[in-house]
Amino acid sequence: MSNTDITAFVFFVVIIGITLVITYWASKRNVDASHHYVAGGEIKSWQNGLAIAGDYLSAASFLGIAGAIALTGFSGFYLSIGFLVAYLVVLLLVAEPLRNLGKYTVGDALTARFNTRTVRSASALNTVAISMFYMIAQLIGAGALISLLLPISFNWAIIIVGILMTVYVVAGGMVATTWIQIIKAVLLIVGSIGLSIAVLSQFSFNPIALFNAVESDIGREAVIPAAPSGLVPGLDSISLNIALVLGTAGLPHILIRFLTVPDAKAARSSIIVATWIIGGFYLLTPILGYGAALIVGRDRIEQADPGGNLAAPLLAEALGGPFFLAFISAVAFATIVAVVAGLVIAASGAFAHDFYTNVIRSGEVTEQEQFRAARLTSAGISVGAIILALLLQGQNVAFLVALAFAVAASANVPVILLLIFWKNFNTIGAITGMLTGLISSVGLVILSPVILGDAAIFPLESPGIVSVPLGFLGCYLGTVLGGRGAEREREQGIQRPYEEIYVRANTGISNIEEEIKGATPSSEQRTT
Amino acid sequence: MTEAREWSRVAQTSAFHELMQRKKAFIIPATIFFIIFYFGLPILAAYTTVLNFTVVGAITGAYVYAFAQFAMTWILMHLYVNRANKWDVIVDRARQEAAEAKTSGGSSA
Repeated sequence: MSNTDITAFVFFVVIIGITLVITYWASKRNVDASHHYVAGGEIKSWQNGLAIAGDYLSAASFLGIAGAIALTGFSGFYLSIGFLVAYLVVLLLVAEPLRNLGKYTVGDALTARFNTRTVRSASALNTVAISMFYMIAQLIGAGALISLLLPISFNWAIIIVGILMTVYVVAGGMVATTWIQIIKAVLLIVGSIGLSIAVLSQFSFNPIALFNAVESDIGREAVIPAAPSGLVPGLDSISLNIALVLGTAGLPHILIRFLTVPDAKAARSSIIVATWIIGGFYLLTPILGYGAALIVGRDRIEQADPGGNLAAPLLAEALGGPFFLAFISAVAFATIVAVVAGLVIAASGAFAHDFYTNVIRSGEVTEQEQFRAARLTSAGISVGAIILALLLQGQNVAFLVALAFAVAASANVPVILLLIFWKNFNTIGAITGMLTGLISSVGLVILSPVILGDAAIFPLESPGIVSVPLGFLGCYLGTVLGGRGAEREREQGIQRPYEEIYVRANTGISNIEEEIKGATPSSEQRTT
Repeated sequence: MTEAREWSRVAQTSAFHELMQRKKAFIIPATIFFIIFYFGLPILAAYTTVLNFTVVGAITGAYVYAFAQFAMTWILMHLYVNRANKWDVIVDRARQEAAEAKTSGGSSA
């Protein structure tokens, strides 16, 4: 092993050691299903804010965007803006109503209104699909990164990360996952600020000088949007933006973060922390990307990885030598294991809580059985993801993440919005909407140039501009054409009264008998 | 169905009406604004070159527009959180009004 390898190895071992100690500590608190899925709702708001940032800033953000800006210039920055503004959709439209209706999963919120197993199953299917795409992307990124830095093969790297995420989630549940996210978020902030300062020090700490150097050394096209090249590429760019902005509001592992804090006020405080960290990080991405393009060079970045994913680690090596490279790689590694752990929890919630507990067993399960099912499915999902990642290696990380976003935007977001805002929505509409969104986004990607190349039937690489409207249309047509109408469903007890959902989603009142007692309630009687 | 009556009791309080009015008055315009402002960038960039002008040094109009989106996100986020924290007080009032309606409604029934 060379010196770099040894330094990197030490960093990796230290990080793995710390996370395992946390997992051991968390495993003592991880005693029931509620702790497994949402840490018992006991996370403090600043901790949750850091953890949201941790969930958000995945390998696609750290490695992918820096690489995209390095190789394509301004166009790569779209990803940063999209991920950030997406947060407004979550915040303004979805976060509080879902928090008010849900318990552990998105399926809980849907079945708060639609009391059928099919709605829950469809929602579980979507959550598993989204989480799997995202997870496979992260695992492939981990494989590429670790095999570059350590004398470990791509396959072994995936297996090691996979085993770690399984241990974190199965033993430590959401408590461990949250703390690992917090550590990762802090490391990522320190790493990216350090890297940015190192880049700017070469340009007398003047970001404008950095941009000027990009313009003179690489060319003006690196600091302006790609030249308009016709209708279809334009639509593709808009379509990608639709998926990014709406998709975040349908990502299960982001949405369940709002359920881990004790009340709505804490959820909001955590949002303030998260938005500043996330925005601050994305503001640094042009410095990292352009820094890499200037200091490392586009050719070397492309040579190391055609997708550009190694731009940030290579930049660290160029600026700070093997030690800095090892540190940044360790940060990227922590990023990946933390995000995959969060995804495993979201997927296991869909599988164990939605599908096993509530669909197969009709909710008649003891607390112990639920907890066991949660852990068993976490292990199962991890193994499944590892196998798929091994089979699908060689795919571009950003593409798979984009697919996850497209499915989230098309299959989850329409149904979540209409659940809260449309009185006449019915169960058939919810099911058709979810399935239409899922099938159309996956189907269009299969028919697109991403998979079929020149033989593509659907011209756009990103399906959002078609599949999101199809998701809404599915909800609408299903409601109007199929089923019994919302009013009949309410009479039959399949659907809860809309007034109840409307009041619950907007106020956070959950236990109406308890909270409206006829006595004067005090203001401490806040909902949890 | 007593529970359904309880929910509609809350829905009928004047505090709940006020809550929904305030929520809509902020959320609807804010959402319309940020969606238009956000999609303005990719649409302008995809079909025109109007953002290619220079602002300072090599910082172009496209970058200034992009940075403005960061400012917009932070500002809207703070505006929302400040308002939502005040909405909680109205929710408490709705609880109280519903409870009072229950007591008086209960005695007359």
